[in-house]
Amino acid sequence: MESQLKVPTMAELFAAGEEPEVLFWVGCAGSFDDRAKKITKAFVKILNKANVSFAVLGTEESCTGDPAKRAGNEFLFQMQAVTNIEVMNAYGIKKVVTACPHCFNTLKNEYPGLGGDYEVVHHTQFLKQLLTDGRISMEGGQFKGKRITFHDPCYLGRANGVYEAPRDLIRKLDAELVEMKNCKKKGLCCGAGGAQMFKEPEKGDKDVNIERTEQAMETKPEIIAAACPFCNTMMTDGVKNKEKEGSVAVMDIAEMIAKAEDL
Amino acid sequence: MEYFPNILFAIVLVAGIGFFAKNVGRLRRNINLGKNIDVSDKKSLRWKNMAKIALGQTKMVVRPIAGILHVIVYIGFIIINIEVLEIIIDGLFGTHRIFAPLGVVYDFLIGSFEILALLVIVAVLLFWIRRNVIRLQRFIKPEMEGWPKKDGNLILYIELVLMFLFLTMNGADYQLQSMGAANYAQAGAFPVSQLLSPIFQGMSEATLIMIERTAWWLHIIGILLFLNYLYYSKHLHILLAFPNTYYGSVEPKGKFKNLQAVTNEVKLMMDPDADPYAAPPEDAPEPEKFGASDVSDLNWVQLLNAYTCTECGRCTSECPANQTGKKLSPRKIMMDTRDRLEEVGKNIDANKGEFVDDGKQLLGDYVTNEELWACTSCNACVEACPVSIDPLSIIMDMRQYLVMEQSAAPSELNNMMGNIENNGAPWPFNQMDRLNWKDES
Repeated sequence: MESQLKVPTMAELFAAGEEPEVLFWVGCAGSFDDRAKKITKAFVKILNKANVSFAVLGTEESCTGDPAKRAGNEFLFQMQAVTNIEVMNAYGIKKVVTACPHCFNTLKNEYPGLGGDYEVVHHTQFLKQLLTDGRISMEGGQFKGKRITFHDPCYLGRANGVYEAPRDLIRKLDAELVEMKNCKKKGLCCGAGGAQMFKEPEKGDKDVNIERTEQAMETKPEIIAAACPFCNTMMTDGVKNKEKEGSVAVMDIAEMIAKAEDL
Repeated sequence: MEYFPNILFAIVLVAGIGFFAKNVGRLRRNINLGKNIDVSDKKSLRWKNMAKIALGQTKMVVRPIAGILHVIVYIGFIIINIEVLEIIIDGLFGTHRIFAPLGVVYDFLIGSFEILALLVIVAVLLFWIRRNVIRLQRFIKPEMEGWPKKDGNLILYIELVLMFLFLTMNGADYQLQSMGAANYAQAGAFPVSQLLSPIFQGMSEATLIMIERTAWWLHIIGILLFLNYLYYSKHLHILLAFPNTYYGSVEPKGKFKNLQAVTNEVKLMMDPDADPYAAPPEDAPEPEKFGASDVSDLNWVQLLNAYTCTECGRCTSECPANQTGKKLSPRKIMMDTRDRLEEVGKNIDANKGEFVDDGKQLLGDYVTNEELWACTSCNACVEACPVSIDPLSIIMDMRQYLVMEQSAAPSELNNMMGNIENNGAPWPFNQMDRLNWKDES
């Protein structure tokens, strides 16, 4: 039985004179993409279980502008950034957590120069902190002993040097973490970054996500763990292309934790 | 006539260094064609980066085989240059092995130079084999055809010849020393060049002196020629790796710069007091161009990057687009930038210090849109570069020009951007539906 999710908005809390511990930046994928919405919900379930006081912007949230910036449209990016910063500053936001490494990178690195200074963490870092603080406990449960390989999102790993938080969480699930030949600093892109998600790839011999999926398959995984909604889509497509969707699952780390906890 | 060799040496030395200095001036001028960028921050981190990455070669050894071979050649060339100092003093003052009075220390120095010279020869031969026999993928990509391939081999040949001349000079000297020839006092240890003894056996003193002097002269002339070859080759990295790692980015790789010119426009648009119909004042400067279409639109660190690139191709071999057969090669972006910058520099030289429009630019004439649109902005190229070159920033600057000045984005991207503009998401969903997921099962 799925219990009702508690998802307060900033507007509601503000009206009640409350201030949440953290703003959950859902992002466009997390809000609209059917696959990514499951990640959003899994993360919220964990937040609810741990009694984290959080809020979302809801309809006041808008694209960070990341895909526009990487596509070369600095103008549109800054318009989006300035609008979002105005909203967040009005609420006095201090800390932001997001399950999208692209939002994470943009909010953390590119908003400060435009007047938006927040402590920004990725959801894997946030979950790791909850665990360290004893606010959630994790038993491996159904993931015990499973072969799991982790695909580093470029904008989490190389772009911001976060390699260990997601891996620590996988290890906490008592899973067997197996690394691909290209991992961490040398991780291969899934093919979605730099606004590629929204266009057909340029001419070539192969799609990048197929190449990356092949690398993942070499580790003979039961689960390909992702930490980015776009990587998730690309790897899921790759697994389908290899007709392996029956034996290999692509899951976000938040989903794995929620599942392990029967949430 | 007694001082003839000394005078000749001085002339050769001054000519060699003078010509090089002239090219350094040209290099500086070209790099300064780039836009200004503030790199005065985080000085201690910058020094640390230079010490670690350039001096310490930390990123070279990420690939152990090429890395270790490179470290050998690198140490070899730095250490053997102490010998060059002696050669210069000897040449100018007519002395012979001026440092010989150092005794045991001198023996140790010469001995270690010789061992390093041998190691350099071995490393250079292996490099040659990697390029020409094994034909490693990254050395035979399309952008390496023609001159870049020749250039790479030529550098290996020059290094090989220099090392052989050095050992020949020492070998003949050792022979002369053991014959007790005048002016050839016992000095130095020759662990490698004494192996050449059988060749010199039975030669007259005069012949040996001629061999020793010829090798000595050719060695120093070769070094001066090599110094001057740097500017015309891909080999400037032996000097520029140091400033390049100092001026390289000290920010997280995911942080792309926010364009100030755009910030100004956006502020004006958001300002409720701004008059939307106001005409710009008479003396207003030309509105700033967004993004880059030619080398002068890039900043000077990006241009320094281009001259520093030694075409090793690690960036290209890590690039996901290149690996999957797309046209993009980050190395080619750097080579194109350098080649165009050289073209612009020559244009300025030919036109009395003024650039005369040649109807060409970096974008289009060198780099195609297809290459630019293949990039996933994953930073693999930036991470791979052993000397902190950032090809990604140039790609992004040119995308900005394509999109903001030419509206030349692929149509799917225009749709995506239209969606963001209209409903705050890259897909056509209504912003008012952003929280619907909460109640969906």
